[in-house]
Amino acid sequence: MSRHDAGKPEESAREAWLGEQARKPRRRRVVLADSTKARGKALRTIIELEEQTSVGEKLVRDLIRQQLKSAFGLAFAVLIGMCLLPITFYLFPQVGDLKILGIPIPWLVLGLAPFPILYGVGWVFRRQAERHERDFVNMVDR
Amino acid sequence: MNATIWSLSAILAVAAVTFLLGYVGSRKANTTPDFLVARRAIPATRNAAAISGEYLSAASFLGVAGLVLKDGIDALWYPIGFTAGYLALLLFVAAPLRRSGAYTLPDFAEARLGSVNVRHFSTFFVVCIGVLYLVPQLQSAGLTLTTITGLPAWFGGLIVTVIVVVNVLGGGMRAITLVQAFQYWGKLFAIAAPTFVLFVVFLASPDRGTQPLSDEGVVRFPQAETITVAEQDVKVRVDEPLTLKVHGQIDGRNADGPVFWGRGVYELSPGTTMEFTAGSPVPVVEGSPTTNRDWTRPQTGGLSDLIKTYSLIFATFLGTMGLPHVLVRFYTNPDGKAARRTALHVLYLLGLFYIFPTVLGVLSRLYLPQLLVNGKTDAAVLMLPETMVPNLGGQILGAIVAAGAFAAFLSTSSGLVVSVAGVVSTDIMPGKVRDFRWATVFTGLVAIGLALLLPRADASLTVAMSFALAASTFCPLLVLGIWWRGLTWVGAVCGLVVGGGMVITAQVVSVVSSYTGRWAPAFITQPALITVPLAFMTMIVVSKATRRRAPADVNQILLRLHAPDPLGFIRDRDIARFGTAEEKARMAEDKRRGAGRTR
Repeated sequence: MSRHDAGKPEESAREAWLGEQARKPRRRRVVLADSTKARGKALRTIIELEEQTSVGEKLVRDLIRQQLKSAFGLAFAVLIGMCLLPITFYLFPQVGDLKILGIPIPWLVLGLAPFPILYGVGWVFRRQAERHERDFVNMVDR
Repeated sequence: MNATIWSLSAILAVAAVTFLLGYVGSRKANTTPDFLVARRAIPATRNAAAISGEYLSAASFLGVAGLVLKDGIDALWYPIGFTAGYLALLLFVAAPLRRSGAYTLPDFAEARLGSVNVRHFSTFFVVCIGVLYLVPQLQSAGLTLTTITGLPAWFGGLIVTVIVVVNVLGGGMRAITLVQAFQYWGKLFAIAAPTFVLFVVFLASPDRGTQPLSDEGVVRFPQAETITVAEQDVKVRVDEPLTLKVHGQIDGRNADGPVFWGRGVYELSPGTTMEFTAGSPVPVVEGSPTTNRDWTRPQTGGLSDLIKTYSLIFATFLGTMGLPHVLVRFYTNPDGKAARRTALHVLYLLGLFYIFPTVLGVLSRLYLPQLLVNGKTDAAVLMLPETMVPNLGGQILGAIVAAGAFAAFLSTSSGLVVSVAGVVSTDIMPGKVRDFRWATVFTGLVAIGLALLLPRADASLTVAMSFALAASTFCPLLVLGIWWRGLTWVGAVCGLVVGGGMVITAQVVSVVSSYTGRWAPAFITQPALITVPLAFMTMIVVSKATRRRAPADVNQILLRLHAPDPLGFIRDRDIARFGTAEEKARMAEDKRRGAGRTR
């Protein structure tokens, strides 16, 4: 069964969702009543994005790569940090004897510390992701 | 008796508020988008509270404290993983998932891969995960109500089902959003208030009972205790010899009167009664640390426990982003940016909550060691207030905790019912509001039927299994679908089948092994460490082999998933399929104006 057979029942809905450009990749001439230069460029870039000209495709690829880089970097940092803890405790059991104010350090490290750290990492990612998106919009809109 | 009345009135109050908020929320709900995604108009902070309310199930509210009581410090990986899962969701899924404009997880799969086959497979796994998660909720609801009030076990599950189904019938997603958001704050209060009071009580009476936090040796009964083994066989391990009185069967032999137990493992048959004297060592259910030293120190269980910990980190970190009832809530945000803010806010709300069960778990080690004998540690949070404060104050605190637990059952179950009913009504039925209502009734009936028929497993075990299932099916589908152009529907289906099939097999094997002597190795009971990478690899390899099947419009789709919201690329698929003519016209209009929205 080819992809097109499989997708058939939803074809019209898919068309509505993606827009007709998805099926007919042809370039349209755009004539604007409002012909300030800035607006013209913004519209043209958006149409380039939708029609996936080489420029548009490059822009989107760059955006996706940036976002993925931020996400992967932060996820690896957190995952490595989390995965180092059990093996540290396993190899150096004497860590369990250290105490602050009568509470063993491992209890503080596992019971309290992770939550602010996770929130902090999330906050950093949100800021980075929103900055990438702002840059992208500015580039399109300039 | 007094305590029962307090608890019952608190539970009734929660039920009444749930109905009221559900009614308020569903007054204006009348279209399919209302029922599926609450018309995509939920602000980030409210949605975050609703997600947290839905996510903090009985496994979190009762289970985490119970696991801390039983397993000590190593149990803290559960709350860490449960929270870290939202970080992974925020990093990889939240915003693009919302921008896809899909209204269910199978709908996303079809939108991204352009095939109804992958949609059908996704539907199957959504229903699997939903039911696997829903059944233990209903069963623990029954058990909790029995513990508090002595009503029969089927009654609790039934009453939760009825409340949830009636609420969801009224307004679907719109009805439950307000309810779940309210229930988060209710649960936070219900666990924070008792924790503060009990902690002060503990500080005021430091010499009461044993001191396992600083002591070496084993945990001991603070006072004389009589314990009866309930419906199942229990294996306990004794580390320090003790003498006790037994009426019943030990290791299959009858015993009646004083018995001496040396070091070793003893098997207790149902109905056996044991009388312990004050200060005698507590036999601990097999598989949990017996000495205080092992309980307070991390990773004392050897290599297999280390692997289990890693598997748990893996399953919870990646499993959360595959839970359909969590994901569907992200579709209710207005745009991708709001979805991201929602996930971030959830991190904060969950971190706030999970401090408290840990404290309660440690306290119950001091005051409720008898739960270690029969392993029913889920009851710790419910029993602790009255044990520590044996007067009216303790009864009221107990009632607050009971109400919180009941809210946990209600909010999680309603989220699950909405997500399963949404998928069933749009994929198997035509997707009108009437179909959604029928699907709700159907889901409720199946869930309560299974909850009554199936034997009661450990709630945390079943929930851990549904995390493993979600991590091995929808996590690779979403991550690869959102970030990799090469994914094809054939690859996705193969990955779903391999990942999901292996987890379900592991589940069956571990159930069989739990009845025939626990012979299954750690990677069977915690399979995520193996199944998740295999599912990812299958999807990638098969997609590469079937490169021809990749959707021709993959670039447009990825643009839609990642383009910033102000550019106006979001097209909501529920409007396209179920919207009124007027809404469709508005969407077409938006599309034509597209660019106009940037300025």
